[in-house]
Amino acid sequence: MRRSDLFRFIALLLIGAFLVGACGPATAKTIKIGVNAPLTGDIPKVGEGTKYAAEMWLEDIGGELEVGGKKYKVELVIEDNESKAESAVAAATKLITQDEVLIMIGPQASKQAVPAGGKANELETPMISPWSTNPNTTLNRPWVFRACFLDPFQGPVVANFVTEEFGFTKAGVLYDIGSDYPKGLAEFFKQAWEKLHGAGSVVAYESFSTGDVDFSAQLTKIKDSGAEFLFTPQYYNEVALIVKQAHQLGWDKPIVGSDSWGSAELMNLCGDDCKGLFFSTHYAAAGATGATKEFIDRYKAKYGYVPDDVGALTWDAMRIAQKAIQNCGKITGDIKADRKCVRDALAKIKDFDGITGKMTFTEEGDPIKCAVIVKISDSGEFEFYKQACP
Amino acid sequence: MSFFLQQVVNALQLGSVYALIAVGYSMVYGVLMLFNFAHGDVFMVGAYLSFFISTGLLALGTMGVIALPSGVMLGLVLVLTLLIAMFLNSFVGMAVERIGYRPLREAPRASAAITGLMIGIILETGNLILLGAQRRKFSDDLISIGAQPFQLAGASITPKTIGIVLVSILLMLILHLFVRRSRWGMAMRAMAYDYVVVPLMGVPINTIALLTFGLGSALAAAGGISYGLAYIVLDPYMGVRFGWKSFVAAILGGRGSVLGVGLAGFLLGFIEIFVAAFLPSTLRDLIAFSIVLLILTFRPHGFFGEPYSAQLRL
Repeated sequence: MRRSDLFRFIALLLIGAFLVGACGPATAKTIKIGVNAPLTGDIPKVGEGTKYAAEMWLEDIGGELEVGGKKYKVELVIEDNESKAESAVAAATKLITQDEVLIMIGPQASKQAVPAGGKANELETPMISPWSTNPNTTLNRPWVFRACFLDPFQGPVVANFVTEEFGFTKAGVLYDIGSDYPKGLAEFFKQAWEKLHGAGSVVAYESFSTGDVDFSAQLTKIKDSGAEFLFTPQYYNEVALIVKQAHQLGWDKPIVGSDSWGSAELMNLCGDDCKGLFFSTHYAAAGATGATKEFIDRYKAKYGYVPDDVGALTWDAMRIAQKAIQNCGKITGDIKADRKCVRDALAKIKDFDGITGKMTFTEEGDPIKCAVIVKISDSGEFEFYKQACP
Repeated sequence: MSFFLQQVVNALQLGSVYALIAVGYSMVYGVLMLFNFAHGDVFMVGAYLSFFISTGLLALGTMGVIALPSGVMLGLVLVLTLLIAMFLNSFVGMAVERIGYRPLREAPRASAAITGLMIGIILETGNLILLGAQRRKFSDDLISIGAQPFQLAGASITPKTIGIVLVSILLMLILHLFVRRSRWGMAMRAMAYDYVVVPLMGVPINTIALLTFGLGSALAAAGGISYGLAYIVLDPYMGVRFGWKSFVAAILGGRGSVLGVGLAGFLLGFIEIFVAAFLPSTLRDLIAFSIVLLILTFRPHGFFGEPYSAQLRL
């Protein structure tokens, strides 16, 4: 008897909780937008850029959106994913089920965006990752979109650029095997390079594990292999370590990177060692014009430094989300229907004029857009060097 | 040949930082029979202390409080930073023992181990809250001391690396002599030999515990400076990653033997570097730690560790 009583009690509690939970959002007068960002952990500067750009957007729209002739208050729910895959999934779950956001922006890095994208897709909530370039983020996930180009595009961009610019034929690669983004990009680069220069032209293909700080063994191997340059698609904190250690081991050849280099923090950590190096990225702050320049100036005035590509892409992602919500035409208050409506509107966006370039989404939720090659100038600025379009 | 020599130098640099941290684990384990899992984070605190001390000293220099030629000035800043950071960090270690471990002296060892993990998390998140998630690094002037490589038999070596390795060996020798020759050292060794009877003979356990934590933490601070100079980027979680590997070195070296642990630190550096050098670097940690496991299978007390005393309490 006692046991069944207990069951009844629990069942009652559950029903009660369900009712309370279900009652809450039915009177939706606010639109909640989730932001899943690495505020702490390995790449806090990325998290900061995300948060700042999102808050600037909120300020820009005056905290409310007009959808179908009605004004709705907009609320940002910013969750920290600690730059970890599992925390990103937890943050996504919380944003979607507990905060009931209409759409989620982020996570940024592929390491978090790939697993979190799976969750968003499963829970049928639209998600835009501003910065994740790994194909798996959106692959077979109709609910997941992104605001940047992909690694299969970025790999060849770097390979072509180095071939044209320096005429090199032997490449060395150093990447983190435990992280989706560097691993994926290293592979795409290798494919592209070997297509250009034949099998075996990547003379050193070395890896390390996440959190390693000593790369001397791998760098010595790369130096010894006769590679003419080093490609390292790492995040800014590791780039500083790799470049400095390479120079101390007597490496004086070029080091080329990818869009993950483009953080405002890179030059603080790397200093003179990184000057004169090249990387491929989404936009170049130095020499920008029009809406891009306007964004950069406003961001700089507000937060005191030039926004990196994460900031710019987050800004674009927020505006894409805004456009999709407005195109949707009405907010019913039924979160499931609204999310579906926003997703469909997202998929239909054409020629969106973003500050990082024009975007049209493909079937997979990936935009078609151009990349730029940036040179780090002697004053430490990221200068536009070349454009590469698909 | 040059490739080999270069890898030896690489291994020495990595190993010397492992060794400096591992000594702290090993000494506490030797004397109190507990794993101080907060030690990796004490190392992190040491690195941050050095960052603030060196920044402060350099600021004094630019304000003209100390007027010296810049080369001498930088050298002086480095030495002073090392000494002050070691001194201050020993108090951090002692605070960990006084607050975290002393109240648990009679509690099961598992409680003490958990306490260590908790203190570690407190130190990490405390740092995160106080200083933010932004990465720190020593001033460029300090990092660039001796960073210009010279060529030796085809290997590229920086004076900085040599300095780091020498300082680490020197500090461990001093500690070794202290443990072997001084009365305090004798008390520590006696405690390691018998945890129950020796305090009955009038050896003050609390004082010896504080001393052990203090010494270990001082060396960890030296490790922190070496890390900051060699691996540049300081972050709140650096102690976790590096600490665990140093902990492995401590076990490998054997309980309570300073030189043994020092050697084990270098050995771990060599294993890691040479696995990556001659085998696919993808397998580095897998193979490196399998080797460690193999060594421990055949020498469960590590290389130089004395067999456990009668009252093994773990």
